[in-house]
Amino acid sequence: MERRSKTILRQKVAMPEAPALERRNGFQEVSLGYTPELAKVEADRCLLCKKPLCVPGCPVAIDIPGFIRQLSDGNLPAAYEILKRSNPLPAVCGRVCPQETQCEVKCVMGRKGEPVAIGRLERFVGDWGVAHGAAEEVEARLTGKKVAIVGSGPAGIACAQDLARAGVAVTIYEALHEVGGVLVYGIPPFRLPRKIVNQEIEGLKRLGVRIERNKVIGKIFTIEQLLHTKGFDAVFIGTGAGLPKFMGIPGEHLNGVMSANEFLTRVNLMHGYEKADTPIGMGDSVIVIGAGNTALDAARTALRMGAKEVTIVYRRTEKESPARLEELRHATEEGIQFCWLTQPVRLHGDVNGSVVAMECLRMELGEPDLSGRRSPRPVTGSEFRIQADTVIYALGTVANPIIARSTPCLKVNQQGYLEIDPQTQMTSIPGVFAGGDIVTGSATVILALGAGRRAAQGILQYLGLSREEERGEGHGLTMPAVSRAG
Amino acid sequence: MFLILKKEVFAPDTFLWEVAAPEIADAAEAGQFAMVRLKEGGERIPLTIADFDRERGTVTLVVKVVGRSTEEMATYSAGERFLDFIGPLGAPTQVKGKNHIVLVGGGLGVAPLYPILRSFKELGSGTTTILGFRTRNQIFWEERFRLLSNQLLVMTEDGSYGRHGTTIDALRFILSGEVPVDEVMTVGPIGMMQAVAEVTRPLKIPTFASMNSIMVDGIGMCGSCRITVEGKVLFACVDGPDMDAHKVDFEELKVRQNRFKKEEIASLKKYRGECALKKEGRIF
Ligand SMILES: Cc1cc2nc3c(=O)[nH]c(=O)nc-3n(C[C@H](O)[C@H](O)[C@H](O)COP(=O)(O)OP(=O)(O)OC[C@H]3O[C@@H](n4cnc5c(N)ncnc54)[C@H](O)[C@@H]3O)c2cc1C
Ligand code: SF4
Ligand code: FES
Repeated sequence: MERRSKTILRQKVAMPEAPALERRNGFQEVSLGYTPELAKVEADRCLLCKKPLCVPGCPVAIDIPGFIRQLSDGNLPAAYEILKRSNPLPAVCGRVCPQETQCEVKCVMGRKGEPVAIGRLERFVGDWGVAHGAAEEVEARLTGKKVAIVGSGPAGIACAQDLARAGVAVTIYEALHEVGGVLVYGIPPFRLPRKIVNQEIEGLKRLGVRIERNKVIGKIFTIEQLLHTKGFDAVFIGTGAGLPKFMGIPGEHLNGVMSANEFLTRVNLMHGYEKADTPIGMGDSVIVIGAGNTALDAARTALRMGAKEVTIVYRRTEKESPARLEELRHATEEGIQFCWLTQPVRLHGDVNGSVVAMECLRMELGEPDLSGRRSPRPVTGSEFRIQADTVIYALGTVANPIIARSTPCLKVNQQGYLEIDPQTQMTSIPGVFAGGDIVTGSATVILALGAGRRAAQGILQYLGLSREEERGEGHGLTMPAVSRAG
Repeated sequence: MFLILKKEVFAPDTFLWEVAAPEIADAAEAGQFAMVRLKEGGERIPLTIADFDRERGTVTLVVKVVGRSTEEMATYSAGERFLDFIGPLGAPTQVKGKNHIVLVGGGLGVAPLYPILRSFKELGSGTTTILGFRTRNQIFWEERFRLLSNQLLVMTEDGSYGRHGTTIDALRFILSGEVPVDEVMTVGPIGMMQAVAEVTRPLKIPTFASMNSIMVDGIGMCGSCRITVEGKVLFACVDGPDMDAHKVDFEELKVRQNRFKKEEIASLKKYRGECALKKEGRIF
């Protein structure tokens, strides 16, 4: 092929971005995506390996060289087709997957320079698909089977898509008034524009999937009612992660202290970013505790909502931050301050019960432990204070109890997450399947998508609908180890 | 969209909606709440379910105008529709047959006591109901409560109706009487529920209070509704609304209830401004 003769670029082709000082004032998307020309140049960097190292790194085993080859040949419909075969939401994952720990970290090109920008290419092709309403008019041969899906996050969407394609009548019950789970109430629009999510949802509807919003399963209908009164043949539970964790340090009850979930819900779900009715309760100086994607999203959202100072406090170092590298870079560019190796110990309030400052300890890294990790330990006498009128906790979540409490016989583990058979995703109740964060605890979009698809296979098998030749082959749906948390 | 079948105005700032919502009515139990979202961009307004009728497929809410969103609710009339109605939410009141239970409702909190009273009655418990209002023209549902209560005391703070005094005065009076009381359930202003808890604490009478802390999603995701109960963080929308009144940190709850005072006042002012402009025909 002609492209092989060219000198190979060592570096990724940069993706255009909105300037930091401009974008920090609004919710428009930060990364602007490749142009067709840039995408072609980047795609041509791929060596199209015979035994690609990148593919096993991908939790859903996308045929990465396959789609990149089509892209570089200018055949976008075929490239999109290949992506969709493994990943129900390529435009979303191209934006939010931690590629640097999944596919890209494995890419051979990374040995002598930067890996191929697989994520950016996925996004480019995914966006093309979204924009062209890409060719998914599946003629669903209706099987007469009905499946209920609880929760419209990535896990539910993936499961619904596969089932609908297989001719199952699917109804999604979503507790909130908006559809998309964390994609709409958590991840802010400057990282994932609402238009992308909405168009994917429209695609689901075109496949014949019914979506009922404002229906909290376990409250309005129980799982048992879905199976026995409502006539569903199987149920998939994809209710996501639940209640925020706090640290239990003095002063957490103070006004101005909230979870990232609360802050992001007020801004994203309740449209605080458009000045809707729901108050935000944010002041001028904001501290965010934690350094994962949720923490960075909260910090950068605070900046956009008008905070004058935003500081991230984390007890470990930047190296241990579970956030996507790109988000760390973007946050730094936008002026977020980072206090690494810092442990909050107490919050101070004023006479009105509002937080005014956080007391912290400096940490240092100790000797490596058995796992080789150097865990942080406090430096005695290193107390110091940071002024703040808003403190946002982004320390992860625990399981939402609604479904478990309302479903006798549903087995949960000690943390309250649902127990499943890793092959089929079936829970302890026959015909009831589960996947995504409600099984793994907060993880990633792609793991939730993979779990939703595996469950769809499990459900088809359970309903006696799986076609022999599809079984176990090609879809790459084996259970991967849970990688970085969201 | 949900249809408002009936609207009843109890007092200048208090009104009732009866909403057609068969699925919610079917699932609702005493002590649960629901959320109303009037229109796109609107808040999710949590409201305790004041009654439900499974046959007719209706859910009743009693609302007091306290801020922008409830003021806007008050402008809706019977026959109109609103956008979203989510429920039932929260855990039902633990209704177990008791020899005698005392129910204490203050102001708006009177309404959600009704289905609780009905459930206890159905199990054959003896019931004393204490209802407290500021003044005569705030009183509602007296007859409904009288029909189901073995004993009903209506209190007004200004003495304009019933007995002069507070619900706490009445509770002390009842507890000093002959009939042994197994449990007290209270719904109303935080100060009143706290006072109820202080009266029953030395007597070791199990006491439950319905928490209406500030909520966003109401499904156990955001943590806005957290309450400290015996030093532990609990969430009113999934662990409640009913909580053990002897263990709730009411002082903290009072402070947290004022979290959005500033924003709420500003929002109400803005809303009223817009309404005035609309009336003058300057915006639509
Ligand atoms: C702020 C934030 C940023 C993140 N950033 C990233 C990132 O950059 N990359 C990444 O890969 N991952 C990220 N994650 C994690 C990722 O979003 C989740 O792992 C993923 O969304 C999980 O998908 P899910 O389908 O299991 O659950 P969710 O997306 O949580 O969806 C669950 C849905 O179920 C609904 N539901 C809950 N209970 C009920 C019920 N009883 N009845 C009906 N419906 C119910 C919920 O309302 C929700 O819509 C982030 C998470 C957060 C919070
Ligand atoms: S490992 Fe890198 S170069 Fe090889 S196919 Fe994958 S993306 Fe292309
Ligand atoms: S209101 Fe969000 S957790 Fe209770």
